[in-house]
Amino acid sequence: MKLQKNVAVSEAGLLFNPVTGESFSVNPIGVEVLNLIRADKSPEQISNAILEKYSTDQVTFEQDYNDFVSILEHHNLLDRHEETKA
Amino acid sequence: MNKIRYERPVIKKLETGMPNKFGTRTEYEPMTHIDGNSVSNLVKEYGSPLFVLSETTIRNTIKKARKAFETRYPKVQFAWSYKTNYLNAVCNIFHQEGSWAEVVSGFEYDKAINLGVDGRKIIFNGPDKSEADLTKAINNDSLIHIDHLDELYSISELSEKLKNRPRVAIRVNMDTGVYPMWDRFGFNYENGQAWDALNKIMQSGKMELVGLHCHIGTFMLSPFAYGIAASKLAELALAVELKFKHEIKYIDMGGGFASKNTLKGSFLPGSDTNPSFDDFAEAISSALVNSNFKKDKLPLLILETGRALIDEAGYLLGSVISNKRSSTGRRNTILDIGVNILFTAFWYDHKITPAQSFTQYTEDTCLYGPLCMNIDVIRESTNLPLLNKGEHVVIHNVGAYNMTQWMQFITLRPNVVLIDVNEKPHLIRSKESLENMNSMEHMPGHLANFTR
Repeated sequence: MKLQKNVAVSEAGLLFNPVTGESFSVNPIGVEVLNLIRADKSPEQISNAILEKYSTDQVTFEQDYNDFVSILEHHNLLDRHEETKA
Repeated sequence: MNKIRYERPVIKKLETGMPNKFGTRTEYEPMTHIDGNSVSNLVKEYGSPLFVLSETTIRNTIKKARKAFETRYPKVQFAWSYKTNYLNAVCNIFHQEGSWAEVVSGFEYDKAINLGVDGRKIIFNGPDKSEADLTKAINNDSLIHIDHLDELYSISELSEKLKNRPRVAIRVNMDTGVYPMWDRFGFNYENGQAWDALNKIMQSGKMELVGLHCHIGTFMLSPFAYGIAASKLAELALAVELKFKHEIKYIDMGGGFASKNTLKGSFLPGSDTNPSFDDFAEAISSALVNSNFKKDKLPLLILETGRALIDEAGYLLGSVISNKRSSTGRRNTILDIGVNILFTAFWYDHKITPAQSFTQYTEDTCLYGPLCMNIDVIRESTNLPLLNKGEHVVIHNVGAYNMTQWMQFITLRPNVVLIDVNEKPHLIRSKESLENMNSMEHMPGHLANFTR
């Protein structure tokens, strides 16, 4: 899974998609997850990284992660083409 | 190493110039404590969900209401509306503050008597008073507010049988310029029913006509309607005096004052827009003092306001069961609070505050209850900070009607705690148990056994 190439994410949590012109606000943990996705980390690696830092459990995070990814998909922020190639 | 508080990852599209049906963010501070008691400790000790009442708020509110009226009118008496919240501890706070009891059923009447209220300080309203209820009320010299002619005739017969002269008033309904007009209770002013009933009482000579009563509506947002009602009752009282040389001792304006809740569909929050006690007091007092009562003959003004006196003192604490998404992508949060214990969720957009710290990130959220029913919706749309499973919320302004109209449905009704003026919590109603529920059921012998 990859983010669309041109999507820009600022540290402050502003996400801009130049293809559609849409802007989004992302909370700090969301920015971390986006950066981990961008760094090609697997869902398991992402989960481990978050569980190490935040007070939550695996089930809760996995559920929230899947929900987050579904919203990224909903807003066309994931690169489907890249996934198909892989 | 201490881990950072978890908040689920969220992404929210930024839109400018678009009206948002979920409204803007309203919660900026968590409500971690109620009258010095930590919400999480209260939940830990008494369970979730949990009703919490603030004695300090109740006492401050009744004082504020009394001040509003007593500074404008010489003779004022409040009567606590039992149907609004008849938990014994709550009733006794109001009785300690000088309120009489206003009841609308035999059950409520007995409750007031059991609490030790002087029968002469009980106002008995409502359309359903049995012969036994009326007998009790007559023997205790209570104030009986007659709702219909059948009741008038029953009281007339009972007065002969009991060889007693009951103290009565009639309930008057009228056009005060508000919609809907409540004309199902009492006798109508405009078509002459009320005047007819008053004549029947006076001509019979069997009852002592002591007052006139009205209750023009509920959650009234216009104080002016009370002014019109007070003027009409004053006219009736003066007409009785003129015709029968009989003095009406009191005018009872009933209740119906709006609390600070926000009615569904309102554009602005009720806390900013709803009339204050001062607004209602000004309208009613002005109408009475400007009427033709002589200065030394002003009747006692009785007020039966319930909702506005108790709503703000009540909180409902609950916990998040789960977060999920609807088919349309909307955030749904399930709480352990159902509409069976928060009946007022059908009328109000209740203010809901997380009980723990949160960030500035929010989501448009629909809050559901735990009942297996589609109607179990606490808020259709609200812009809430992110809540994790197991975290707590505080629902505000729930003191009125929820602890009398609540329903036992698929689960058991929760504990009710009162925090006293010294910030000490007291359990004033225990949560129900399976034993409580089963104790009211009876199993026919032929149904007692089945093959396991």
